[in-house]
Formats: sequence, C-alpha cells, structure tokens
Amino acid sequence: MAQHQVNYASSAGLPVVLTSADKLINWGRSNSLWPLTYGLACCAIEMMASGASRFDFDRMGVIFRASPRQADVMILAGTLTKKHAEFTRRLYDQMAEPKWVISMGSCANTGGMFNTYAIVQGVDRIVPVDIYLPGCAPRPETLQYAMMMLQKKIRRESANMNKNKKQRFI
Amino acid sequence: MRRYSPKDNVQKKAKYTDRFWVAPNVPREEVEEGSFFATVLENLKNDNVEVLDSYVEIGQLVVHIKPEQNIAALKSLKESSCFKMCSELSAVDYLAQDGEFEIFYQMLNLDEAKRARVETRIKQDQAIESIVPLFDMAKFAEREMYDMFGIYVNNHPYLKRILMPDDWHGHPLLKTYPLQGDEAASWYEVDKIFGKEYRDIIGPEIRDPARIDRYDTQRFARVGHEVPFGADPELVDKTETKIEDGYSKTVLVDYTTGSKELENRR
Repeated sequence: MAQHQVNYASSAGLPVVLTSADKLINWGRSNSLWPLTYGLACCAIEMMASGASRFDFDRMGVIFRASPRQADVMILAGTLTKKHAEFTRRLYDQMAEPKWVISMGSCANTGGMFNTYAIVQGVDRIVPVDIYLPGCAPRPETLQYAMMMLQKKIRRESANMNKNKKQRFI
Repeated sequence: MRRYSPKDNVQKKAKYTDRFWVAPNVPREEVEEGSFFATVLENLKNDNVEVLDSYVEIGQLVVHIKPEQNIAALKSLKESSCFKMCSELSAVDYLAQDGEFEIFYQMLNLDEAKRARVETRIKQDQAIESIVPLFDMAKFAEREMYDMFGIYVNNHPYLKRILMPDDWHGHPLLKTYPLQGDEAASWYEVDKIFGKEYRDIIGPEIRDPARIDRYDTQRFARVGHEVPFGADPELVDKTETKIEDGYSKTVLVDYTTGSKELENRR
C-alpha cells in the first residue's frame, strides 16, 4: 500500500479534462491552419503582407507551406486564368484531407472586373470554396478575419469530414 | 418607319464597333529630300524592294511593302540602313473592313535614334514568312501573332500558341471573337478538369453581376431574414413569406403612361 495515495475524487479534483473528440480534433485543426504558398495575382501581395511580421499570421498558427502535401488551406489569391485552372485543381487534389479553400478577392470570387474569355468566372467552378473574401484587393486584416472565420467554421463542423455538407460537386 | 438594313451576312460582321470617339488619323508627311529617311528609301530601292507607299508619321517612317518581300525589306533595313532592332511585330485585324490583316514590323535605328514601320497586308488564308533568321525576337512575337490572329508563319522554328493554352479553340484578338468567349471558351476549364459530363453539374458561367439565387440560402440572405441562414433550399418555397405585390407598384411608377399613383404624387 502506497502511503501517499492521491484520492482524486476528493483532493485537487480529477486531472482529467472532459471534452468530445470532435472538439479536441477541431481545436488542433483550427489552430494550426497551414496555407499553401500559392499566389495568383495582386491579392498575393496582400497575402504575403499578412504572412510577414507586420500582420504576423504565425501568431495564429497560420504558417505558409511550400508543398500542397503539407498544407491544409488553399488561399486562392488573385485572378485565375482558364489556362491555369487545371493546375490549381491539381494542387488542390494533391492536398491531404481535411482541406479548406479561401477565395480571396473579387477576381477569385466571381472573375471580378475580368469579364472576359480567359478568366475563370469564380473559382468555385473548379474547387469547393469555404470562405469568400470580398475586396479588391482585401487588406491583410481582412484575410486575417477570413482565417478566423474559417477557424470558427472548423470548430463548428464535425471532425469527421464525411459528415460535413460538401458543395455540389466533389 | 425604320430604315431597312440588310440582315444577311450578319455572321461575317465584326462584333466590335467603336464605342467611343475615334481619333482622326495622324497627319502624314512626305519624305523630305536629303533626309535620313530618303536614304532609307534609296537603300530599299537598291536592294530591289518594291515600296508600295511611304510617308512620315510623327517622325516615323512608314513603308508599305508586298508580303512576299518582308524578309528582303527587313534585311535591307537591318544591313543597309542600320535598323538593328525590331522592337515589335504583330498584326491588326482589318478583316471586316478590307478582308485583310495588316502586319507591321516596328524597327529602331539606335545610331540615328530613328524609327521605321514596315507594313504589309495579307489575306486571311495567306501565310507570311518568318523573320526569325534576321531577328530572334520574332520567335515569341510571331508565336503571339499566330496565337492571337491565327496567322501562319512559314519556317518558324517553333510555331505554337504562346498565351492561350495549346488546346484552345479560336484566336481571341480577331474582332469576330466575342469578348466573353465562345462556347468552347466558356466550358474550357470544366471540360479540361472534370470532363464534359460535368457541365450539367457545374452549370454555365455566371456573368450577371446582379444575379441573386433565390434557393442559395448560404450566400444570399433575405432582407427580413425570412429564411434562416443555410436552410435547406427546398424549404425556401415553404418558409419564405411571400411579400405582397407592394412596393413595385407604389415605388416604381411608369411615367410614360398616366396612372392614379402618378396623379397622387403630383
């Protein structure tokens, strides 16, 4: 018999935190969102500014990764041309589940001012988008806010991605 | 009665019409005797290049030649008149107007600080000889010309589309090419990524900036939140309370025809 047996039920309380698996997993996921280093046009400049020290994405656990295999979030920052759409989709496919997409700026959302033959009229035609971020170009604060909204969304969702409602295709 | 305009041949008409004021032509001056440009023309003549027309526009010599003689003309300019640089080369679509393309070569003489433009005209199904042996810059410029206008360039080392993807349909800088793309262009990314059978799922491109999807409860909120955010689209018809005819009749009044509302306002 050990002399200093701790009676968990009575002394300092149980060293146990009760939570659901969903919450725990989503806590982990939402606080280490790693976006893909992937800029398409001028919005990418704002995205880079968000990552740099003045706006400092790192403090939110958002660290840009240079490989789609390591990334969780794809920030589509800028005008997506039809020629490039194929490669965007390939990068998206290369990302491991779970993955999310932020469509940053007017061009990515709807084609923006480029109402022409060469521009994809909204990236949701080729990848499922989670957050649409308006602006031309959105300020880094806006991107930070979008990232926080995405965190919020992830925390609200089920950790089992199959249960979450997906967009029309995929 | 409206004046009758012939409606046959509509397809051949250019889709582009001048929307804004078009600047009048720049005054054309004669080539002065004894000037540098006069010697350039002299050199061209000595090199057996037939000059169809020549004049000076804003201090720039413009020479019109036959398309078969483009190599000879540029060679003469380069070797005899020291125009060592070809700064730009492209075409202009005059198909609707004249049934022809205008191809221009913009030349620069660095010693004299003078520019000259060589212009030539070809028919739509005609090809032009490549000037790559003379100027390496033509490798890209002629590819662009081929990509944008569909003009074939003979003896180009690598004639391939440069801006548009290789499997693109049509040549976008032709004035008959619609700005928002033809059928092939509008489905390009869908066909390429998902295949043609996905066209129905993804749907046509939305180019209406004021479009509101009534059944999209995620992205389009109702004014009075009649339908909760993210509700099942099928619920829209059931839950949305119909706004009685209301505002359109009272707010928007047809001023062309008299009405009671209009009388009330007056």
